[in-house]
Amino acid sequence: MIEIKNLYKDFGKKKVLKGIDLTINKGDKIAIIGPSGCGKSTLLRCINMLEKPTKGEVIFNGINLCDKDVELNKIRQKMGMVFQQFNLFSHLSVIDNITLAPIKLGLMSKSKAEKEALRLLKLIDLSDKKNEFPNNLSGGQKQRVAIVRSLILNPDIILFDEPTSALDPEMVKEVTEVMKKIADDGMTMVVVSHEMSFVKEFASRVLFMDDGNIIEQGSSNDIFKHPKSERLKEFLSKIGN
Amino acid sequence: MEWLFNIWEFFVSIWDNFYYSVIYDRRYEFILEGLFNTVIIALFAVILGIVIGVCVALVRNYHDKTNKLKILDKIAKLYVNIIRGTPVILQLMIIYYVIFKSVDINIVIVGILAFGINSGAYVSEIIRAGINSIDAGQMEAGYSLGFTYSKVMRYILMPQAIKNILPALGNEFITLLKETSVGAYIGIIELTKASDIIASRTYDYFFPLIIIALIYLVMTLGLSKLVNMMEVKLNNDRD
Ligand SMILES: Nc1ncnc2c1ncn2[C@@H]1O[C@H](COP(=O)(O)OP(=O)(O)O)[C@@H](O)[C@H]1O
Ligand SMILES: [Mg+2]
Repeated sequence: MIEIKNLYKDFGKKKVLKGIDLTINKGDKIAIIGPSGCGKSTLLRCINMLEKPTKGEVIFNGINLCDKDVELNKIRQKMGMVFQQFNLFSHLSVIDNITLAPIKLGLMSKSKAEKEALRLLKLIDLSDKKNEFPNNLSGGQKQRVAIVRSLILNPDIILFDEPTSALDPEMVKEVTEVMKKIADDGMTMVVVSHEMSFVKEFASRVLFMDDGNIIEQGSSNDIFKHPKSERLKEFLSKIGN
Repeated sequence: MEWLFNIWEFFVSIWDNFYYSVIYDRRYEFILEGLFNTVIIALFAVILGIVIGVCVALVRNYHDKTNKLKILDKIAKLYVNIIRGTPVILQLMIIYYVIFKSVDINIVIVGILAFGINSGAYVSEIIRAGINSIDAGQMEAGYSLGFTYSKVMRYILMPQAIKNILPALGNEFITLLKETSVGAYIGIIELTKASDIIASRTYDYFFPLIIIALIYLVMTLGLSKLVNMMEVKLNNDRD
């Protein structure tokens, strides 16, 4: 579904991604781990072109997203993203947050979008909050809403950038439970996370990144039980694995 | 008894002053005309300023975010720098004495154009600041859902930025109301010029100046109150 070839990203003089190759297939549940600052967010943001790669290719359903005349907005409708800071639209109620895109992008009628949003709110157990504004929600509630906000567009893939890192510990589970539910329904997902217990349960493939490269990848068993590279061993011991 | 007479005399002379400054020869009509022109110029100038300001702000923001429209962005920046870097009276004189030198045009319209062009630069900065005050994550969330730049602006950034922008625009209008007094210099009969005309006939500046000062104050203080109320209301909406 997505093929990343020899991807480089510089910010001025700083080289952040240094030749990433990665293939993502339909139904993959990929977790990306690695020390902070190693380029995990940048990689995700290059996949949906929030950052323009300096060099290399990102091919999504046969289209090279680095080409100049690609309609990125159309592509992004099929590529959801969930942010560490939730980024709910603070001027809109929960239900309007969820229905804004399908309605304004002309993908659903208002009534269809609202019906769909209510169904999704039920799924994340927040039906009673549909008219609340984001400021009145807890972090865990915000993130659950953010997840269904991208889910309603029925994307081919959803990218998660540390979805639980801004949450109080007691709220992590309510978000990871929703993510597991979506995973079980067959969604293709790429998740950057420091929540190792979740990664172990969830991931069909774990990538370990360091210093702008993918150093090692494999099943969670491979990565956590039989790490090969010194850097991964060091990383795992540092996080107390 | 003489002191009583003196006081009487004093009030009579004040009344005389007032009478000759305002009522005699329907001189209040100058003040009404001045008030009308002041309000008309400020109102249409702020509208023109908003039109120019929105365009300039969007060009510059679009350039900042996408690195496109390079030349337009340069022009927009130059405009803002020239306007903010020179006195408004100079801009007014250039527009009247140089640009419209040989054109027969209503001087009030010259005022509207000059103050509107001036205001546009300040309004564009107000709008840019309003947009920049919104967390970048809001824009990215919009993009990641498949919105284009213009839809992100329309449905996500502007509705939030307007909270900061509207009160600042109110203040810009208040500033303009006072600034139009500069128009007296090229002969626009706005409030300040009106008082000057009356005083040049009576040789007495007291009432003409006090009256227009009161009119300016009533307008600006009243509008400030409105702006404050608007601010409170916008801030109470939804959070
Ligand atoms: N917009 C940017 N401008 C400059 N440097 C950036 C930018 N975004 C990220 N970086 C730098 O790139 C490096 C990798 O960042 P990031 O991808 O966020 O790391 P991670 O998500 O793995 O913690 C960091 O050193 C960061 O400072
Ligand atoms: Mg990160």
